[in-house]
Amino acid sequence: MAKKVAAHPFLFTGCWELRQMLGRSARDVRQLLEAIEEVPLDSIYYHTHSFFLRHKYIAGPYPNDFATWAAIQVRDRVLGEKLGVLDPFEFLDLESLRAAIVAIIEEHLSHLQIIPRVIYEEPFHFMQSRITAVPTGLESRTLTEFREILASVDASVIYYHTFEAILRLGRRNGDFAIWIEEQLELPELAEKIAHLDPYMISLESIRHRIIRICDGFLERGAWQ
Amino acid sequence: MSALDSYREVTPKGTIDFLRCLADKTRGKSILHVNSTRVGGGVAEILRSLVPLLADIGVEARWEVITGTEDFFAVTKAFHNALQGAEQDLSPAMLEIYREINRRNARQIPLEADYVVIHDPQPAALILHKPGAGRWIWRCHIDISHPQRKVWNFLRQFVVQYDGAIFSLPRFAQRLPIPQFLIYPSIDPLSEKNRDLSPEEQEQALDRLRIPRDKPILLQVSRFDRFKDPVGVIRAYRLVKKHHDVRLILAGGGATDDPEGEKVLAEVREAAQSDPDILILLLPPDANLEINALQRAATIVLQKSLREGFGLTVAEAMWKGKPVIGGFAGGITVQLVYGVTGFTVNSPEGAAFRIHYLLDNPDLMAKVGEDGREFVRRNFLITRHLGDYLALMRYWMN
Repeated sequence: MAKKVAAHPFLFTGCWELRQMLGRSARDVRQLLEAIEEVPLDSIYYHTHSFFLRHKYIAGPYPNDFATWAAIQVRDRVLGEKLGVLDPFEFLDLESLRAAIVAIIEEHLSHLQIIPRVIYEEPFHFMQSRITAVPTGLESRTLTEFREILASVDASVIYYHTFEAILRLGRRNGDFAIWIEEQLELPELAEKIAHLDPYMISLESIRHRIIRICDGFLERGAWQ
Repeated sequence: MSALDSYREVTPKGTIDFLRCLADKTRGKSILHVNSTRVGGGVAEILRSLVPLLADIGVEARWEVITGTEDFFAVTKAFHNALQGAEQDLSPAMLEIYREINRRNARQIPLEADYVVIHDPQPAALILHKPGAGRWIWRCHIDISHPQRKVWNFLRQFVVQYDGAIFSLPRFAQRLPIPQFLIYPSIDPLSEKNRDLSPEEQEQALDRLRIPRDKPILLQVSRFDRFKDPVGVIRAYRLVKKHHDVRLILAGGGATDDPEGEKVLAEVREAAQSDPDILILLLPPDANLEINALQRAATIVLQKSLREGFGLTVAEAMWKGKPVIGGFAGGITVQLVYGVTGFTVNSPEGAAFRIHYLLDNPDLMAKVGEDGREFVRRNFLITRHLGDYLALMRYWMN
């Protein structure tokens, strides 16, 4: 029998990203590759994850900056597509993700006679994230409270408890699913939320889908 | 209602409460902004909105303006041009004027604060007179992606003494031994230029400008400057005019006291060839309400710049739900996500093609306008700018 009231509340935390510039750029795909091998992991994070924090409303053409740059600025659509389907959730840490990106670009370059480069468009500028976690002071003890608060908080809260929790804090299912499973003892609901693929949708879409899943659950009275 | 609370209606849900949480640790800290003008220009426009919001959220915020002689501003104008890539000769005497005026201002302006943000090159040498504790940040608003080396090296000796630097675009980043941050400029959605207008206010403003409303309006608002490519806009209009009965409005100001501007204006008039459907409007610097009304009346807004710093007129038009076609330049590329929040183009033909395409697809025009407004709501409003400054203050607390 599932609990209706959690012993430990869900504490909603948001975040703000300060964007730091590394002063390094790439004009062709080989330069991109070399820089990816050398930049700090916070830069890999910036270009593969915090992208979503910057595009809370719309999803970009591809879900990471490397893919978008290759496809839009270099006009190497094939490389853009190869990088675009990369699922960062498959990697245990950012170093493994970096290695996978490097492998994709190396493999792609091995088939080319000419290195693709930007001509009129923008070089790739390497940045890094400085994420500040900010407790909102909001907390929920029931699914209804959780759903209500989730509907009204800043979108960075969604980001923090999905992307930041999964990749930087090592909480593989994301904070929402973990709390719902552990504190409300609703594994079926937790699994549905854990299975959302945030890399393919915007933060607002994640919010709407979680709320829809919770509403469906509440309407069915599934825990009664 | 507090100043910040009045933004609740126009910001994404949760933003204002979240900003107050972000400000928890900065409450009681002091921040001083220093620039070179209280009126006119984008920096003053931003500070006029930002400083009261910082104060409202519990930061002791001050804004000081340096004073200078005509010689000093001639030198800093030359700096400005050189940093944007133009060849300029700066004599040792000119550089001494720059140092001396900064020295004098340092004696007159109380520079004590936890955070001191120095805007642009004019007051950059104030760092030499830093009164002890406090973090000093140099905020550069201009395009220094291709600076004239001699002038940049002169300025760089001051910049490296700061604790950090802020630029408006990644490509403006320099090789510097201090942290460099990216902070986009912003628009104030509640200012006279951007606030909602009642139908009566809009009609009256358009009547004052004698704007007929019988045809779709293509609009470009910018000073008459070759980098804004007004002649290219007329070429695009003529290509579109073959298929659509539209009117083009080119609205700008500042031409009368700028010899280069007058020359460009003459070229624009010649290119227009007395076409009754091309309206050229010379607006005074304080015509914010009129610009607001024009942007709201437009069917499509153009900003076909060839070079651009950030190009906030794009965000202004997007905020009004208008589809925007912009040149592939500066910050326009950041604001217009191709095919989603607008279109970037590289030629008058490209602009004509996209205007034609949008006019033929009114549903798409509405969708691009709607997405553009949301994109601005989440990325280019003054409230986001406020959050960036709070985060920057927290950066040095960690």
